[in-house]
Amino acid sequence: MAVLVYTEGSNGKIRKNALEAVNYAAHIANQLGTTVTAVIEAGHDAAYAELGRAGAKKVLTLANDKLANADAHAWSVALAQVAEAENADVIIFSHDLAAKAIAPRLAARLKAGIVAGAVEHPTIAGAQFSVRKTAFSGKATAVYNILSAKKIITLLPNSFPIQLGDGSAEIAAASINLDAVSNRITLKEKKTRSTATVALPEADLVVSAGRGMKGPENWGIVEELATTLGAATACSRPIADIGWRPHHEHVGQTGVAIRPNLYIAIGISGAIQHLAGVNGSKTIVVINSDPEAPFFKSADYGVVGNAFEIVPRLNEALKKFKAAQH
Amino acid sequence: MKILVCISNVPDTTTKIAFANDNTEFNKTGVQFIINPYDEWYALVRALELKEAKGAGNVTVIHVGAPDSEATIRKALAIGADDAVRIDAEAPDAFFVAEQIAAYAKTQNFDLILTGKETINYNGSMTGGMISELLDLPFVSLASKLDVNGNVATMEQDIDGGSAIVECALPLVVSCQKGMAEARIPNMRGIMAARTKPLTVVPVSNPSTLTSIASYTLSEGRKAVKLIDPSNMDELVNLLHSEAKVI
Ligand SMILES: Cc1cc2nc3c(=O)[nH]c(=O)nc-3n(C[C@H](O)[C@H](O)[C@H](O)COP(=O)(O)OP(=O)(O)OC[C@H]3O[C@@H](n4cnc5c(N)ncnc54)[C@H](O)[C@@H]3O)c2cc1C
Ligand SMILES: Nc1ncnc2c1ncn2[C@@H]1O[C@H](COP(=O)(O)O)[C@@H](O)[C@H]1O
Repeated sequence: MAVLVYTEGSNGKIRKNALEAVNYAAHIANQLGTTVTAVIEAGHDAAYAELGRAGAKKVLTLANDKLANADAHAWSVALAQVAEAENADVIIFSHDLAAKAIAPRLAARLKAGIVAGAVEHPTIAGAQFSVRKTAFSGKATAVYNILSAKKIITLLPNSFPIQLGDGSAEIAAASINLDAVSNRITLKEKKTRSTATVALPEADLVVSAGRGMKGPENWGIVEELATTLGAATACSRPIADIGWRPHHEHVGQTGVAIRPNLYIAIGISGAIQHLAGVNGSKTIVVINSDPEAPFFKSADYGVVGNAFEIVPRLNEALKKFKAAQH
Repeated sequence: MKILVCISNVPDTTTKIAFANDNTEFNKTGVQFIINPYDEWYALVRALELKEAKGAGNVTVIHVGAPDSEATIRKALAIGADDAVRIDAEAPDAFFVAEQIAAYAKTQNFDLILTGKETINYNGSMTGGMISELLDLPFVSLASKLDVNGNVATMEQDIDGGSAIVECALPLVVSCQKGMAEARIPNMRGIMAARTKPLTVVPVSNPSTLTSIASYTLSEGRKAVKLIDPSNMDELVNLLHSEAKVI
C-alpha cells in the first residue's frame, strides 16, 4: 500500500511544486508506515534521482502519446490503473494547473474524497483522516475529514520548504493500457511566454505594483528591483485591465492567487479583492504614499512615501546587501 | 444550442466571515450572498452571448443548494438565463455537487456545460472536471476564451508558461475564467421577467458523502505593521534578511 504522488519535470529538472508534493507524500507515508511511489511522464531521465532525494522509494514513468492530450481523461485512466497496481489509497498532487485538470477526474473515477488546496500535513488517527485547507479566499481554514477509502489531496504550493535527503528511488516503467481512451480535444496552437522571467505561481519572491505607478513607462524601477531580487513581477487588476502589464501578472481574487515568501506591493491600495490573492504570502512589504492605505493593515513591513524615491533606494540597498554576501 | 451553467452561491468577498456551533458551521447570519463571480461574469454571460449570436438556443442555470439560495438563482435569471434548476440539498463538497449535476444532465441533452474557474469560498476548482468524468465528456479547464462554430467549440486555456488554443466537438464541459466575457448588470425588464421564469426544484438523488467539514478556523491577522523610515532602506533589507529570513 504505497502513497502515490503525481509529479512533473521541466527543463531536465523536477518542478518545485512536484518536489513539495513528494515531501508531503513522504510525510504521510511515514505516518502510515508505507512508502512513496512517484509518477512522472517518461522523458525526464536526468531528474528522477531528485524524486528519490525528496522521499520517493519508487519512480514509475508513464509513456503514452495519449497523455499529451489537453483533456486529462487519459491521465485519470492511467493514474487509476497505477493506483490499483500499487495498491495506493492516498494520492497526492500539487494544487497547480495539472492538478486542476487531472485530480477532479481521478477523484470522480475512483470515488475518492478530495481535499483541494491543503496547507498542513494530515492528522491520521485510526480510521480518521483529516486535512486542513484554506477557505474563503484566505480568510479562514477548514479541516476536512476524508470519509472514503481512497483519498486525494492537492497541496497548495509553497506551504512547506523543500527538503532533499540522500534517499534514492527504484525506477521502473509503469504498465498502463490506454487503448480504450479516445482523445477528443485537438491542440491548435501553443502560446508560451519567454522563460527569462520567473513564473509567477512558483516564485518565492514577488515584486508587484499598482496604480500608484502612474503609467506603464514607470515600470523600469519595478523591474530593476525584481531583477536584483531574482523575483517575479505582478500587478493589481486595473493595471492589467488598462493594458499597462500583461494579464498573467494580475494577482487577486479574479487573477492568480500566490503565496510567495516575500510580496512587495508598490503603489497598491490593498483592496480586499487584491488581498484575496496575496494574503497567503509569508512576508508582505507595502510601499505607499498614503499612510491610511488599507494595505498597511495586512503588511509586515511598511514604508510610507513616494515610490519613485523609495523603490530605487531599496534597489540600491539590496544591491549593496547582495554584493556584501559574495 | 442547449447550455447548462453551474452557479454557486457564495458570500460576497467583502463580507466578514464568522462561524457558529463551536466553529463547525459557517454562520450565514447577516452575510450577503452573491453568484460566484466566475460563474456569473464569465460562464453565464458567455453562454448568453453564444445563444444571442446564434439567435437560438437555451441557457439553463443549475444550482445545488438550500431554498435560501433562491435570490442568487433569480439574479441569474434576471441577467438572462431562460430557466433554472435547483437541486435541493446543502452540498458538503464538490463531488456531491458534481454527482447531482451529472445525474440531472444525463436526463437532458446539453451541448455545453459551463462552470466557473473555482468558488471563492472553497477555491477547489474541482467541480467541472468531476462532472466531465461522471458524464464521460471532454473537459477544458481554465478557459479564458470560448467560441462555438457549428458543432465545434474553440477555447483558449491556461497551460504552464502560457496558453493553448484547443478545439473540441460538442458536447463538453468547460471551466471559465477572466477574459471570456464582461459582467452584465441586470436591467429592470430582466428583473421583472426573472420573477416568472421557470425554477424547477429537483430532489437530491443518491448522494455520496466522501468528505465532511470538521471545523473552521479564522485566519490570524498579521501582527501590527513595522514602519520603516523611508530614508533608511538598509534597515528594511536587514529586517528582511535577519528577521523575516526571506532574502
Ligand atoms: C469583484 C471584484 C474583483 C476584483 N478582483 C481584483 C483582483 O483580482 N486583483 C486586484 O488587484 N483588484 C481586484 N479588484 C479591484 C480592487 O477592488 C481595487 O480596485 C484594485 O485592487 C485597486 O488597484 P490599485 O491598488 O493598483 O489602485 P488604487 O486603489 O488606485 O491604489 C493606488 C495606490 O497607490 C498609492 N500611490 C499613489 N501614488 C503613489 C506614489 N507616488 N508612491 C507610492 N504610492 C502611491 C495610493 O495611495 C493608493 O493606495 C476587484 C474588484 C472587484 C469589485
Ligand atoms: N453548489 C453548487 N451548485 C452549482 N454549481 C456549483 C456549486 N458549487 C460549485 N459549482 C460550480 O463549480 C465551479 C467550481 O467550484 P469548486 O470546485 O468548488 O471550486 C463553480 O465555479 C461553479 O460553476
